[in-house]
Amino acid sequence: MIFIIIPAYNEEKIIKDVVKSVKKFGQVVVVDDCSTDLTKQKAEESGAVVLSHVINRGQGASLQTGTDYALKNGADIIVHFDADGQHNPEEILSMTKPVVSGETDIVLGSRFLENTSNIPPVRRLVLRLAVLFTRFFSGINVTDAHNGFRVLSKKAAEQIKITQDRMAHASEILDEIIKHNLKYKEMPVQIKYTEYSMQKGQSSLAFINILKDLIWGKLFK
Amino acid sequence: MFIQYIIIFFSLFAVYRAALRLKDKTISKREFGFWSFFWLIVIVATLAPNGLDRVAKFVGVGRGVDVAIYISIVVIFYLIFRILVRLDKIDKNMTQMVRKIALNNNKEKDEESGNSND
Repeated sequence: MIFIIIPAYNEEKIIKDVVKSVKKFGQVVVVDDCSTDLTKQKAEESGAVVLSHVINRGQGASLQTGTDYALKNGADIIVHFDADGQHNPEEILSMTKPVVSGETDIVLGSRFLENTSNIPPVRRLVLRLAVLFTRFFSGINVTDAHNGFRVLSKKAAEQIKITQDRMAHASEILDEIIKHNLKYKEMPVQIKYTEYSMQKGQSSLAFINILKDLIWGKLFK
Repeated sequence: MFIQYIIIFFSLFAVYRAALRLKDKTISKREFGFWSFFWLIVIVATLAPNGLDRVAKFVGVGRGVDVAIYISIVVIFYLIFRILVRLDKIDKNMTQMVRKIALNNNKEKDEESGNSND
């Protein structure tokens, strides 16, 4: 069974649309990270299973909560999908195929493989730097080190433990892949940079915080 | 030197505050012992700065006071490190708690409305 985990924080404007667009692909689980708006209600109205964090813990923590739920409820395939409308739901089919067929344990979405996304220049530069950094520190060779669109097999989801609550979880997942020797592959995905998502999303400078979290994590875990 | 009086006064005051915390059980006897011992060292070092000067000569540093400062800085960094590690643990524990609450609440909601999840 396919579960689609959508971590959400203050996405009342778009969460209904996102849930409705992915519903046909599997069971949708929205993890509301203590939003201060109507995200939770809107998600419930759109027919998703909604898990609620009573205090805000971060996207990494939300993904792990959603994944735990999915595993407890019979998931064979787990999809990570963003709540802000940047991901293309139609790509869920192609992304899940290699895991369904058993070809690989993990599929990672990459916006750089086919370059169909309209990436703002500063963001592109920061992401490229993130790739280099990841290559150096994690020893994993990916083209997009910070993409929230992933597919995991049940086996992979059981082995990967996200302990970085905030944004460093993306790199932590890559580390875990290497650590547990999981089979992974990248596939091209399209990222839609809309005014809404840009204004809501990460400041490119937030990567400095991610770097700090990661280095700290490597030193003391 | 006037500063000796200030330091001794403050150290005694700090021990007094620690004693109050021991009385209302905010800190344990062991912690109280540790901090009293610490401030005792401070008082002794203040009253006999020559002792520190001998240590300074031994390790090759200019003045006794400098030795005290160097040691203090090292100790402070170490304590900060311990605090950060502890904070990290607390953070992780909080997330685990919040996760449990989220999953439990969902289970209860399901049981209430008689849903099945498959």
